[in-house]
Amino acid sequence: MIIKGKVHKFSDDINTDDIIAAKYLVSTDAQELGKHCMETINPNFSQAVSPGDIIVAGRNFGCGSSREHAPLAIKGCGVSAVIAKSFAAIFFRNAINIGLPFLESVDVDKINDGDFIEIDLTTGVIKNITQDQNYKTQAFPEFLQEIVQNGGLINWVKKRKQ
Amino acid sequence: MGYTIAEKILLKHSGQKAIKPGEFIQARVDIALANDITAPLAIAEFKKSGFKQVFNKNKIVLVPDHFAPAKDLKSANQCKILADFAKEQGIKNYFEIGQMGIEHALLPEKGIVLPGDLVIGADSHTCTYGALGAYATGMGSTDLARAYIDGKCWLKVPATLKFVYQGKLNKWVGGKDLILFTIGQIGVDGALYKVMEFCGPVISKLGMDDRFSMCNMAIEAGARAGLIAPDAITKKFVAGFKRKPKFYQSDPDAVYEKTYAWDISKLEPLVACPHLPSNVKPVSSLKDIKVDQVVIGSCTNGRISDLRIAANLLKGKKAAGGVKLIIFPATQKIYLQAVKEGLAEIFVKAGGVFSTPTCGPCLGGHMGILTDGEVAIATTNRNFLGRMGSPKSFVYLSNPAVAAASAITGKITHPDKIK
Repeated sequence: MIIKGKVHKFSDDINTDDIIAAKYLVSTDAQELGKHCMETINPNFSQAVSPGDIIVAGRNFGCGSSREHAPLAIKGCGVSAVIAKSFAAIFFRNAINIGLPFLESVDVDKINDGDFIEIDLTTGVIKNITQDQNYKTQAFPEFLQEIVQNGGLINWVKKRKQ
Repeated sequence: MGYTIAEKILLKHSGQKAIKPGEFIQARVDIALANDITAPLAIAEFKKSGFKQVFNKNKIVLVPDHFAPAKDLKSANQCKILADFAKEQGIKNYFEIGQMGIEHALLPEKGIVLPGDLVIGADSHTCTYGALGAYATGMGSTDLARAYIDGKCWLKVPATLKFVYQGKLNKWVGGKDLILFTIGQIGVDGALYKVMEFCGPVISKLGMDDRFSMCNMAIEAGARAGLIAPDAITKKFVAGFKRKPKFYQSDPDAVYEKTYAWDISKLEPLVACPHLPSNVKPVSSLKDIKVDQVVIGSCTNGRISDLRIAANLLKGKKAAGGVKLIIFPATQKIYLQAVKEGLAEIFVKAGGVFSTPTCGPCLGGHMGILTDGEVAIATTNRNFLGRMGSPKSFVYLSNPAVAAASAITGKITHPDKIK
Protein backbone atom coordinates (compact mmCIF):
# COMPACT_ATOMS: atom_id res chain seq x y z
CA MET A 1 0.00 0.00 0.00
CA ILE A 2 1.31 3.43 -1.00
CA ILE A 3 0.46 6.59 0.94
CA LYS A 4 1.30 10.02 -0.44
CA GLY A 5 0.88 13.40 1.19
CA LYS A 6 2.19 16.66 2.55
CA VAL A 7 4.15 16.62 5.82
CA HIS A 8 2.95 18.34 8.99
CA LYS A 9 5.93 18.40 11.31
CA PHE A 10 5.72 18.13 15.11
CA SER A 11 8.27 18.02 17.94
CA ASP A 12 9.16 15.37 20.56
CA ASP A 13 6.70 14.22 23.26
CA ILE A 14 3.46 15.13 21.49
CA ASN A 15 0.96 13.93 24.09
CA THR A 16 -2.61 12.70 23.79
CA ASP A 17 -3.95 15.93 25.31
CA ASP A 18 -2.24 17.76 22.42
CA ILE A 19 -3.75 15.35 19.90
CA ILE A 20 -7.26 15.58 21.32
CA ALA A 21 -8.09 17.57 24.47
CA ALA A 22 -10.15 15.84 27.18
CA LYS A 23 -13.06 18.25 26.74
CA TYR A 24 -13.83 16.60 23.37
CA LEU A 25 -13.88 13.06 24.77
CA VAL A 26 -17.67 13.16 25.11
CA SER A 27 -17.78 11.95 21.51
CA THR A 28 -16.50 8.75 19.91
CA ASP A 29 -17.08 9.98 16.35
CA ALA A 30 -13.81 10.17 14.38
CA GLN A 31 -15.01 13.04 12.14
CA GLU A 32 -16.12 15.10 15.13
CA LEU A 33 -12.87 14.39 17.02
CA GLY A 34 -10.89 15.17 13.87
CA LYS A 35 -12.15 18.76 13.87
CA HIS A 36 -10.22 19.35 17.10
CA CYS A 37 -7.10 17.32 16.33
CA MET A 38 -3.93 19.08 17.63
CA GLU A 39 -6.04 22.11 18.53
CA THR A 40 -4.18 22.88 21.79
CA ILE A 41 -0.82 23.31 20.05
CA ASN A 42 -2.02 24.35 16.59
CA PRO A 43 -5.60 25.69 16.49
CA ASN A 44 -5.69 25.70 12.66
CA PHE A 45 -4.37 22.17 12.20
CA SER A 46 -7.53 20.39 11.10
CA GLN A 47 -8.26 23.07 8.47
CA ALA A 48 -4.69 22.89 7.20
CA VAL A 49 -4.85 19.13 6.60
CA SER A 50 -5.71 17.85 3.13
CA PRO A 51 -6.89 14.25 2.97
CA GLY A 52 -3.85 11.97 2.77
CA ASP A 53 -1.43 14.30 4.60
CA ILE A 54 1.17 12.80 6.91
CA ILE A 55 2.23 13.72 10.44
CA VAL A 56 5.98 13.54 11.07
CA ALA A 57 7.12 13.89 14.69
CA GLY A 58 10.03 13.31 17.05
CA ARG A 59 10.36 10.95 20.00
CA ASN A 60 7.60 9.50 22.19
CA PHE A 61 4.66 10.47 19.96
CA GLY A 62 1.29 9.93 21.67
CA CYS A 63 2.52 9.85 25.26
CA GLY A 64 0.02 10.26 28.07
CA SER A 65 -3.45 8.87 28.18
CA SER A 66 -4.89 5.62 26.81
CA ARG A 67 -7.59 7.45 24.84
CA GLU A 68 -8.13 5.69 21.53
CA HIS A 69 -9.78 8.96 20.55
CA ALA A 70 -6.24 10.20 19.75
CA PRO A 71 -5.54 7.94 16.74
CA LEU A 72 -9.24 8.27 15.83
CA ALA A 73 -8.93 12.08 15.75
CA ILE A 74 -5.83 11.83 13.56
CA LYS A 75 -7.66 9.54 11.15
CA GLY A 76 -10.81 11.66 11.38
CA CYS A 77 -9.11 14.88 10.29
CA GLY A 78 -7.81 13.20 7.14
CA VAL A 79 -4.24 12.31 8.10
CA SER A 80 -3.26 9.06 6.41
CA ALA A 81 -0.17 8.07 8.42
CA VAL A 82 2.18 9.08 11.24
CA ILE A 83 5.96 8.81 11.15
CA ALA A 84 7.91 9.37 14.37
CA LYS A 85 11.27 8.54 15.93
CA SER A 86 9.40 6.55 18.57
CA PHE A 87 5.85 6.04 19.78
CA ALA A 88 4.43 5.82 23.29
CA ALA A 89 3.35 2.25 23.97
CA ILE A 90 -0.41 2.71 24.34
CA PHE A 91 -0.66 4.95 21.28
CA PHE A 92 1.35 2.35 19.36
CA ARG A 93 -1.07 -0.46 20.17
CA ASN A 94 -4.13 1.73 19.65
CA ALA A 95 -2.89 2.68 16.18
CA ILE A 96 -2.33 -0.99 15.33
CA ASN A 97 -5.69 -2.03 16.73
CA ILE A 98 -7.69 0.57 14.80
CA GLY A 99 -5.58 0.43 11.65
CA LEU A 100 -3.89 3.86 11.58
CA PRO A 101 -0.72 3.37 9.52
CA PHE A 102 2.47 4.49 11.24
CA LEU A 103 6.21 4.00 10.93
CA GLU A 104 9.21 4.48 13.19
CA SER A 105 12.11 6.22 11.48
CA VAL A 106 15.45 7.58 12.66
CA ASP A 107 15.49 9.94 9.66
CA VAL A 108 12.68 12.17 10.90
CA ASP A 109 15.03 15.17 11.31
CA LYS A 110 15.76 15.12 7.55
CA ILE A 111 12.09 15.65 6.71
CA ASN A 112 10.80 19.24 6.66
CA ASP A 113 7.37 20.68 7.30
CA GLY A 114 5.58 20.93 3.95
CA ASP A 115 7.67 18.26 2.17
CA PHE A 116 5.77 15.84 -0.06
CA ILE A 117 6.53 12.26 0.84
CA GLU A 118 5.46 8.81 -0.23
CA ILE A 119 5.34 5.80 2.08
CA ASP A 120 5.35 2.21 0.89
CA LEU A 121 3.82 0.34 3.83
CA THR A 122 4.80 -3.04 2.42
CA THR A 123 8.50 -2.29 2.08
CA GLY A 124 8.66 0.38 4.80
CA VAL A 125 10.47 2.77 2.45
CA ILE A 126 9.79 6.51 2.82
CA LYS A 127 10.42 8.54 -0.33
CA ASN A 128 10.87 12.28 0.14
CA ILE A 129 9.67 13.64 -3.21
CA THR A 130 10.53 17.26 -2.36
CA GLN A 131 14.12 16.47 -1.38
CA ASP A 132 14.59 13.44 -3.63
CA GLN A 133 15.72 11.21 -0.75
CA ASN A 134 14.80 7.73 0.45
CA TYR A 135 14.66 6.58 4.08
CA LYS A 136 14.44 2.99 5.27
CA THR A 137 12.38 1.93 8.27
CA GLN A 138 12.04 -1.22 10.35
CA ALA A 139 9.29 -3.56 9.20
CA PHE A 140 6.67 -4.44 11.81
CA PRO A 141 7.03 -7.76 13.61
CA GLU A 142 5.02 -10.56 12.00
CA PHE A 143 2.28 -10.64 14.65
CA LEU A 144 1.51 -6.93 14.27
CA GLN A 145 1.43 -7.26 10.48
CA GLU A 146 -1.11 -10.05 10.94
CA ILE A 147 -3.44 -7.70 12.87
CA VAL A 148 -3.03 -4.96 10.26
CA GLN A 149 -3.64 -7.38 7.38
CA ASN A 150 -6.84 -8.58 9.05
CA GLY A 151 -8.12 -5.01 9.27
CA GLY A 152 -7.62 -4.49 13.00
CA LEU A 153 -7.69 -6.42 16.26
CA ILE A 154 -11.40 -7.29 16.38
CA ASN A 155 -11.35 -8.86 12.91
CA TRP A 156 -8.21 -10.75 13.89
CA VAL A 157 -9.95 -12.14 17.00
CA LYS A 158 -13.08 -13.04 15.01
CA LYS A 159 -10.98 -15.00 12.54
CA ARG A 160 -9.12 -16.73 15.38
CA LYS A 161 -12.38 -17.76 17.04
CA GLN A 162 -13.76 -19.32 13.85
CA MET B 1 17.88 -17.69 33.96
CA GLY B 2 15.48 -16.23 36.51
CA TYR B 3 12.43 -14.04 36.00
CA THR B 4 11.35 -10.65 37.32
CA ILE B 5 7.95 -10.29 39.04
CA ALA B 6 6.45 -8.86 35.84
CA GLU B 7 7.78 -11.76 33.75
CA LYS B 8 6.46 -14.31 36.26
CA ILE B 9 2.95 -12.84 36.14
CA LEU B 10 2.99 -12.66 32.34
CA LEU B 11 4.34 -16.22 32.07
CA LYS B 12 1.60 -17.53 34.35
CA HIS B 13 -1.08 -15.79 32.26
CA SER B 14 0.39 -16.76 28.89
CA GLY B 15 0.00 -20.51 29.30
CA GLN B 16 3.50 -20.87 27.84
CA LYS B 17 6.45 -22.73 29.33
CA ALA B 18 8.82 -19.80 29.02
CA ILE B 19 8.80 -16.17 27.92
CA LYS B 20 11.40 -13.55 27.12
CA PRO B 21 11.37 -9.77 26.63
CA GLY B 22 10.39 -8.75 23.11
CA GLU B 23 8.19 -11.80 22.57
CA PHE B 24 4.50 -11.40 21.68
CA ILE B 25 2.10 -13.35 23.88
CA GLN B 26 -1.66 -13.79 24.17
CA ALA B 27 -2.35 -13.42 27.88
CA ARG B 28 -5.37 -14.29 30.00
CA VAL B 29 -6.82 -11.23 31.72
CA ASP B 30 -8.00 -11.27 35.36
CA ILE B 31 -9.63 -7.84 35.31
CA ALA B 32 -10.64 -5.64 32.37
CA LEU B 33 -11.42 -2.07 33.44
CA ALA B 34 -12.87 0.88 31.56
CA ASN B 35 -14.39 4.26 32.42
CA ASP B 36 -16.99 6.64 31.02
CA ILE B 37 -14.57 7.96 28.37
CA THR B 38 -13.11 4.67 27.17
CA ALA B 39 -15.89 2.12 27.81
CA PRO B 40 -18.39 3.58 25.29
CA LEU B 41 -15.86 2.95 22.48
CA ALA B 42 -15.09 -0.54 23.81
CA ILE B 43 -18.77 -1.41 24.11
CA ALA B 44 -19.47 -0.10 20.60
CA GLU B 45 -16.62 -2.24 19.19
CA PHE B 46 -17.84 -5.28 21.14
CA LYS B 47 -21.37 -4.85 19.80
CA LYS B 48 -20.13 -4.30 16.25
CA SER B 49 -18.18 -7.56 16.45
CA GLY B 50 -21.39 -9.56 16.61
CA PHE B 51 -20.61 -11.33 19.90
CA LYS B 52 -23.49 -11.23 22.35
CA GLN B 53 -22.07 -12.26 25.72
CA VAL B 54 -18.93 -11.03 27.45
CA PHE B 55 -16.38 -13.75 28.26
CA ASN B 56 -16.88 -13.45 32.02
CA LYS B 57 -19.13 -10.87 33.62
CA ASN B 58 -17.21 -11.07 36.92
CA LYS B 59 -13.93 -9.95 35.37
CA ILE B 60 -15.24 -6.74 33.83
CA VAL B 61 -15.22 -3.50 35.79
CA LEU B 62 -16.97 -0.30 34.69
CA VAL B 63 -16.41 2.94 36.58
CA PRO B 64 -17.98 6.20 35.42
CA ASP B 65 -15.50 8.56 37.09
CA HIS B 66 -14.07 10.98 34.52
CA PHE B 67 -17.02 13.21 33.65
CA ALA B 68 -19.21 11.89 36.47
CA PRO B 69 -21.40 12.99 38.13
CA ALA B 70 -22.39 13.76 34.53
CA LYS B 71 -21.11 17.24 33.67
CA ASP B 72 -23.37 17.74 30.66
CA LEU B 73 -25.78 15.93 28.39
CA LYS B 74 -23.13 14.23 26.28
CA SER B 75 -21.38 12.92 29.42
CA ALA B 76 -24.71 11.69 30.75
CA ASN B 77 -25.15 9.73 27.52
CA GLN B 78 -21.68 8.20 27.88
CA CYS B 79 -22.32 7.21 31.51
CA LYS B 80 -25.64 5.65 30.55
CA ILE B 81 -23.92 3.42 27.99
CA LEU B 82 -21.94 1.88 30.88
CA ALA B 83 -25.01 1.47 33.10
CA ASP B 84 -27.01 -0.15 30.28
CA PHE B 85 -24.21 -2.51 29.31
CA ALA B 86 -23.67 -3.55 32.95
CA LYS B 87 -27.37 -4.33 33.27
CA GLU B 88 -27.56 -6.17 29.97
CA GLN B 89 -24.50 -8.33 30.71
CA GLY B 90 -25.08 -8.77 34.45
CA ILE B 91 -21.79 -7.04 35.33
CA LYS B 92 -21.82 -6.50 39.08
CA ASN B 93 -18.64 -4.44 39.21
CA TYR B 94 -20.33 -1.35 37.85
CA PHE B 95 -20.19 1.56 40.26
CA GLU B 96 -22.83 4.24 40.01
CA ILE B 97 -22.15 7.64 41.59
CA GLY B 98 -22.59 7.26 45.32
CA GLN B 99 -20.62 4.00 45.23
CA MET B 100 -18.23 5.24 42.58
CA GLY B 101 -14.71 6.44 43.27
CA ILE B 102 -11.72 7.25 41.10
CA GLU B 103 -11.10 3.85 39.53
CA HIS B 104 -7.47 3.39 40.58
CA ALA B 105 -8.25 4.07 44.23
CA LEU B 106 -11.55 2.19 44.14
CA LEU B 107 -10.40 -1.17 42.75
CA PRO B 108 -7.70 -1.86 45.38
CA GLU B 109 -10.01 -0.62 48.13
CA LYS B 110 -12.72 -3.10 47.09
CA GLY B 111 -10.25 -5.98 46.70
CA ILE B 112 -11.08 -6.21 42.98
CA VAL B 113 -7.40 -6.20 42.02
CA LEU B 114 -4.96 -8.34 43.94
CA PRO B 115 -1.26 -9.19 43.90
CA GLY B 116 -0.34 -11.50 41.03
CA ASP B 117 -3.24 -10.36 38.81
CA LEU B 118 -2.97 -9.36 35.19
CA VAL B 119 -5.08 -6.23 34.92
CA ILE B 120 -5.77 -4.30 31.74
CA GLY B 121 -7.52 -0.97 31.85
CA ALA B 122 -8.58 1.48 29.20
CA ASP B 123 -6.95 4.19 31.26
CA SER B 124 -3.24 4.90 31.27
CA HIS B 125 -3.02 5.08 35.07
CA THR B 126 -4.04 1.44 35.37
CA CYS B 127 -0.35 0.95 36.22
CA THR B 128 -1.26 2.10 39.78
CA TYR B 129 -2.01 -1.49 40.83
CA GLY B 130 1.63 -2.43 40.36
CA ALA B 131 1.93 -1.19 43.94
CA LEU B 132 0.21 -4.43 44.96
CA GLY B 133 2.57 -6.60 42.91
CA ALA B 134 0.06 -6.99 40.07
CA TYR B 135 0.94 -6.58 36.39
CA ALA B 136 -1.41 -3.75 35.52
CA THR B 137 -1.23 -1.84 32.29
CA GLY B 138 -3.11 0.77 30.27
CA MET B 139 -4.54 -0.12 26.89
CA GLY B 140 -7.09 1.23 24.45
CA SER B 141 -10.79 0.65 24.02
CA THR B 142 -10.35 -1.87 21.21
CA ASP B 143 -8.07 -3.94 23.47
CA LEU B 144 -10.88 -3.92 26.02
CA ALA B 145 -13.45 -4.93 23.39
CA ARG B 146 -11.21 -7.85 22.46
CA ALA B 147 -10.93 -8.87 26.13
CA TYR B 148 -14.74 -8.70 26.42
CA ILE B 149 -14.85 -11.26 23.59
CA ASP B 150 -12.25 -13.84 24.61
CA GLY B 151 -10.76 -12.68 27.92
CA LYS B 152 -7.33 -12.13 26.45
CA CYS B 153 -4.97 -9.39 25.32
CA TRP B 154 -1.86 -9.26 23.18
CA LEU B 155 1.33 -8.13 24.85
CA LYS B 156 4.93 -7.70 23.89
CA VAL B 157 6.84 -8.83 26.99
CA PRO B 158 8.69 -5.73 28.22
CA ALA B 159 12.21 -5.71 29.63
CA THR B 160 12.44 -4.58 33.26
CA LEU B 161 14.36 -1.65 34.70
CA LYS B 162 15.28 -1.82 38.39
CA PHE B 163 15.14 1.28 40.60
CA VAL B 164 16.81 1.00 44.01
CA TYR B 165 16.15 3.77 46.55
CA GLN B 166 18.59 3.98 49.46
CA GLY B 167 18.80 6.25 52.48
CA LYS B 168 16.03 7.83 54.53
CA LEU B 169 13.15 10.05 53.43
CA ASN B 170 13.11 13.59 54.78
CA LYS B 171 10.05 15.11 56.38
CA TRP B 172 7.42 16.11 53.77
CA VAL B 173 8.95 13.78 51.18
CA GLY B 174 6.89 10.80 49.98
CA GLY B 175 6.08 8.46 47.13
CA LYS B 176 5.09 11.36 44.88
CA ASP B 177 8.51 12.96 45.28
CA LEU B 178 10.27 9.65 44.61
CA ILE B 179 8.45 9.18 41.33
CA LEU B 180 8.86 12.84 40.28
CA PHE B 181 12.57 12.53 41.08
CA THR B 182 12.78 9.34 38.99
CA ILE B 183 10.95 10.85 36.00
CA GLY B 184 13.16 13.94 36.31
CA GLN B 185 16.22 11.69 36.09
CA ILE B 186 15.18 9.42 33.22
CA GLY B 187 12.73 11.63 31.28
CA VAL B 188 9.20 11.13 29.97
CA ASP B 189 10.35 8.30 27.70
CA GLY B 190 13.07 7.00 29.99
CA ALA B 191 11.17 3.76 30.58
CA LEU B 192 9.46 3.58 27.19
CA TYR B 193 7.96 0.11 26.76
CA LYS B 194 9.66 -1.14 29.95
CA VAL B 195 8.56 -2.31 33.35
CA MET B 196 9.81 -0.23 36.29
CA GLU B 197 10.48 -2.30 39.40
CA PHE B 198 10.83 -0.11 42.49
CA CYS B 199 12.78 -1.54 45.43
CA GLY B 200 15.33 -0.87 48.16
CA PRO B 201 15.15 0.07 51.84
CA VAL B 202 13.12 3.24 51.19
CA ILE B 203 10.40 1.31 49.34
CA SER B 204 10.28 -1.39 52.05
CA LYS B 205 9.25 1.29 54.55
CA LEU B 206 6.83 3.10 52.26
CA GLY B 207 3.12 2.81 53.10
CA MET B 208 0.59 1.56 50.54
CA ASP B 209 -0.80 5.01 49.70
CA ASP B 210 2.69 6.26 48.79
CA ARG B 211 3.34 3.09 46.79
CA PHE B 212 0.14 3.66 44.82
CA SER B 213 1.13 7.23 43.98
CA MET B 214 4.57 6.06 42.81
CA CYS B 215 3.33 3.28 40.56
CA ASN B 216 0.52 5.53 39.31
CA MET B 217 3.04 7.74 37.52
CA ALA B 218 5.17 4.98 35.94
CA ILE B 219 3.29 5.79 32.70
CA GLU B 220 4.67 9.34 32.84
CA ALA B 221 8.09 7.80 32.14
CA GLY B 222 6.57 5.78 29.31
CA ALA B 223 6.51 2.50 31.25
CA ARG B 224 4.04 -0.33 30.60
CA ALA B 225 3.94 -1.08 34.33
CA GLY B 226 5.46 0.01 37.64
CA LEU B 227 5.82 -2.76 40.20
CA ILE B 228 6.69 -3.20 43.85
CA ALA B 229 7.30 -6.68 45.27
CA PRO B 230 4.59 -7.69 47.74
CA ASP B 231 5.76 -7.68 51.37
CA ALA B 232 4.23 -7.54 54.87
CA ILE B 233 2.70 -4.09 54.07
CA THR B 234 1.03 -5.46 50.92
CA LYS B 235 -0.16 -8.60 52.72
CA LYS B 236 -1.75 -6.53 55.45
CA PHE B 237 -3.53 -4.39 52.83
CA VAL B 238 -5.04 -7.38 50.99
CA ALA B 239 -5.83 -9.50 54.07
CA GLY B 240 -9.52 -10.28 54.26
CA PHE B 241 -10.37 -9.96 50.57
CA LYS B 242 -12.39 -12.81 49.14
CA ARG B 243 -10.21 -13.74 46.18
CA LYS B 244 -6.79 -15.26 46.90
CA PRO B 245 -3.74 -13.13 46.06
CA LYS B 246 -0.57 -14.58 44.51
CA PHE B 247 2.66 -13.13 45.78
CA TYR B 248 5.52 -13.10 43.27
CA GLN B 249 9.12 -12.05 43.93
CA SER B 250 11.83 -11.47 41.36
CA ASP B 251 14.38 -14.28 41.21
CA PRO B 252 17.90 -13.48 42.47
CA ASP B 253 19.17 -14.16 38.94
CA ALA B 254 16.38 -12.23 37.18
CA VAL B 255 17.60 -10.16 34.24
CA TYR B 256 17.22 -6.38 34.36
CA GLU B 257 17.96 -4.26 31.34
CA LYS B 258 19.37 -1.57 33.59
CA THR B 259 19.60 -0.79 37.30
CA TYR B 260 19.40 2.70 38.76
CA ALA B 261 20.41 3.21 42.41
CA TRP B 262 20.00 6.49 44.24
CA ASP B 263 20.53 7.70 47.80
CA ILE B 264 17.55 9.94 48.40
CA SER B 265 18.48 11.15 51.91
CA LYS B 266 18.95 14.72 50.69
CA LEU B 267 15.79 14.80 48.60
CA GLU B 268 13.45 17.69 49.34
CA PRO B 269 9.84 17.95 48.08
CA LEU B 270 9.82 18.31 44.30
CA VAL B 271 7.63 20.16 41.86
CA ALA B 272 7.15 19.27 38.19
CA CYS B 273 6.94 22.58 36.33
CA PRO B 274 4.94 23.18 33.13
CA HIS B 275 4.56 21.44 30.72
CA LEU B 276 6.09 18.01 31.34
CA PRO B 277 6.20 15.73 34.40
CA SER B 278 9.97 15.46 33.87
CA ASN B 279 10.53 19.21 34.34
CA VAL B 280 11.25 18.65 38.02
CA LYS B 281 12.71 21.20 40.44
CA PRO B 282 13.20 21.28 44.24
CA VAL B 283 10.37 23.27 45.81
CA SER B 284 12.80 25.65 47.54
CA SER B 285 14.24 26.70 44.17
CA LEU B 286 10.88 28.09 43.04
CA LYS B 287 10.51 31.70 44.11
CA ASP B 288 7.40 33.84 43.90
CA ILE B 289 5.30 31.57 41.73
CA LYS B 290 1.79 32.72 42.49
CA VAL B 291 -1.02 30.21 42.24
CA ASP B 292 -4.69 30.79 41.42
CA GLN B 293 -5.80 27.26 42.15
CA VAL B 294 -4.70 24.38 44.37
CA VAL B 295 -5.99 20.89 43.59
CA ILE B 296 -5.54 18.09 46.12
CA GLY B 297 -6.81 14.67 45.10
CA SER B 298 -6.88 12.33 42.06
CA CYS B 299 -5.79 8.72 41.49
CA THR B 300 -2.27 9.86 42.35
CA ASN B 301 -2.84 11.61 45.69
CA GLY B 302 -6.48 11.44 46.73
CA ARG B 303 -6.09 8.79 49.43
CA ILE B 304 -6.68 9.21 53.14
CA SER B 305 -3.03 9.69 54.08
CA ASP B 306 -2.76 12.42 51.42
CA LEU B 307 -5.78 14.21 52.90
CA ARG B 308 -4.35 13.86 56.42
CA ILE B 309 -1.08 15.50 55.33
CA ALA B 310 -2.97 18.39 53.70
CA ALA B 311 -5.37 18.82 56.65
CA ASN B 312 -2.49 18.83 59.10
CA LEU B 313 -1.08 21.91 57.41
CA LEU B 314 -4.42 23.60 56.73
CA LYS B 315 -5.80 23.15 60.25
CA GLY B 316 -6.82 26.53 61.65
CA LYS B 317 -5.52 28.28 58.52
CA LYS B 318 -7.17 29.86 55.51
CA ALA B 319 -6.35 29.62 51.85
CA ALA B 320 -4.80 32.88 50.68
CA GLY B 321 -7.18 35.47 49.24
CA GLY B 322 -8.14 34.69 45.66
CA VAL B 323 -6.84 31.11 45.78
CA LYS B 324 -9.34 28.45 44.73
CA LEU B 325 -8.69 25.39 46.88
CA ILE B 326 -10.27 22.16 45.62
CA ILE B 327 -9.97 18.90 47.54
CA PHE B 328 -11.36 15.77 45.99
CA PRO B 329 -11.06 12.50 47.87
CA ALA B 330 -10.67 9.51 45.57
CA THR B 331 -13.48 7.30 46.87
CA GLN B 332 -16.65 7.45 48.96
CA LYS B 333 -14.90 5.46 51.71
CA ILE B 334 -12.07 7.99 51.83
CA TYR B 335 -14.61 10.82 51.74
CA LEU B 336 -16.47 9.38 54.74
CA GLN B 337 -13.24 8.74 56.63
CA ALA B 338 -12.22 12.38 56.02
CA VAL B 339 -15.57 13.50 57.43
CA LYS B 340 -15.21 11.24 60.48
CA GLU B 341 -11.68 12.44 61.22
CA GLY B 342 -12.70 16.09 60.94
CA LEU B 343 -10.57 16.65 57.83
CA ALA B 344 -13.54 17.77 55.77
CA GLU B 345 -14.28 20.46 58.34
CA ILE B 346 -10.67 21.67 58.27
CA PHE B 347 -10.82 21.97 54.47
CA VAL B 348 -14.14 23.81 54.44
CA LYS B 349 -13.06 26.17 57.22
CA ALA B 350 -9.88 26.87 55.25
CA GLY B 351 -12.10 28.10 52.43
CA GLY B 352 -11.74 24.96 50.34
CA VAL B 353 -14.19 23.03 48.18
CA PHE B 354 -14.59 19.44 49.39
CA SER B 355 -15.79 17.58 46.32
CA THR B 356 -17.38 14.23 45.62
CA PRO B 357 -14.94 11.76 44.01
CA THR B 358 -14.32 12.46 40.31
CA CYS B 359 -11.38 12.66 37.89
CA GLY B 360 -12.88 16.00 36.75
CA PRO B 361 -10.27 18.67 37.48
CA CYS B 362 -7.19 16.52 36.76
CA LEU B 363 -7.89 16.24 33.03
CA GLY B 364 -9.62 19.57 32.54
CA GLY B 365 -12.98 17.82 32.49
CA HIS B 366 -15.01 19.74 35.04
CA MET B 367 -14.95 20.92 38.68
CA GLY B 368 -12.06 23.36 38.33
CA ILE B 369 -11.11 24.35 34.80
CA LEU B 370 -8.33 26.93 34.42
CA THR B 371 -8.74 29.97 32.20
CA ASP B 372 -6.09 31.99 30.32
CA GLY B 373 -3.10 32.92 32.44
CA GLU B 374 -4.17 30.95 35.51
CA VAL B 375 -1.67 28.88 37.47
CA ALA B 376 -2.45 25.75 39.46
CA ILE B 377 -0.47 23.53 41.73
CA ALA B 378 -1.99 20.07 41.81
CA THR B 379 -1.28 16.68 43.34
CA THR B 380 -2.35 15.10 40.04
CA ASN B 381 -0.14 13.35 37.50
CA ARG B 382 0.04 15.41 34.29
CA ASN B 383 0.94 19.02 33.60
CA PHE B 384 0.75 18.95 29.80
CA LEU B 385 -0.13 22.15 27.98
CA GLY B 386 -3.83 22.83 28.48
CA ARG B 387 -4.28 19.77 30.71
CA MET B 388 -6.58 21.58 33.17
CA GLY B 389 -8.29 23.83 30.66
CA SER B 390 -6.90 26.77 28.70
CA PRO B 391 -3.75 26.18 26.62
CA LYS B 392 -2.64 29.46 28.18
CA SER B 393 -2.80 28.10 31.75
CA PHE B 394 -0.01 26.48 33.78
CA VAL B 395 -0.01 23.35 35.96
CA TYR B 396 2.64 22.47 38.53
CA LEU B 397 2.64 18.99 40.09
CA SER B 398 3.56 18.28 43.71
CA ASN B 399 2.82 16.19 46.78
CA PRO B 400 -0.14 17.12 49.07
CA ALA B 401 2.05 18.92 51.64
CA VAL B 402 3.48 21.35 49.07
CA ALA B 403 0.01 21.88 47.59
CA ALA B 404 -1.53 22.63 51.01
CA ALA B 405 1.33 24.95 51.99
CA SER B 406 0.98 26.76 48.66
CA ALA B 407 -2.76 27.22 49.24
CA ILE B 408 -2.02 29.02 52.51
CA THR B 409 0.57 31.43 51.12
CA GLY B 410 -0.83 31.78 47.59
CA LYS B 411 2.49 30.88 46.02
CA ILE B 412 4.47 27.67 45.64
CA THR B 413 5.80 27.05 49.14
CA HIS B 414 7.90 24.54 51.07
CA PRO B 415 5.72 23.05 53.85
CA ASP B 416 8.49 23.87 56.37
CA LYS B 417 7.56 27.54 55.91
CA ILE B 418 4.11 26.98 57.47
CA LYS B 419 4.25 27.55 61.22
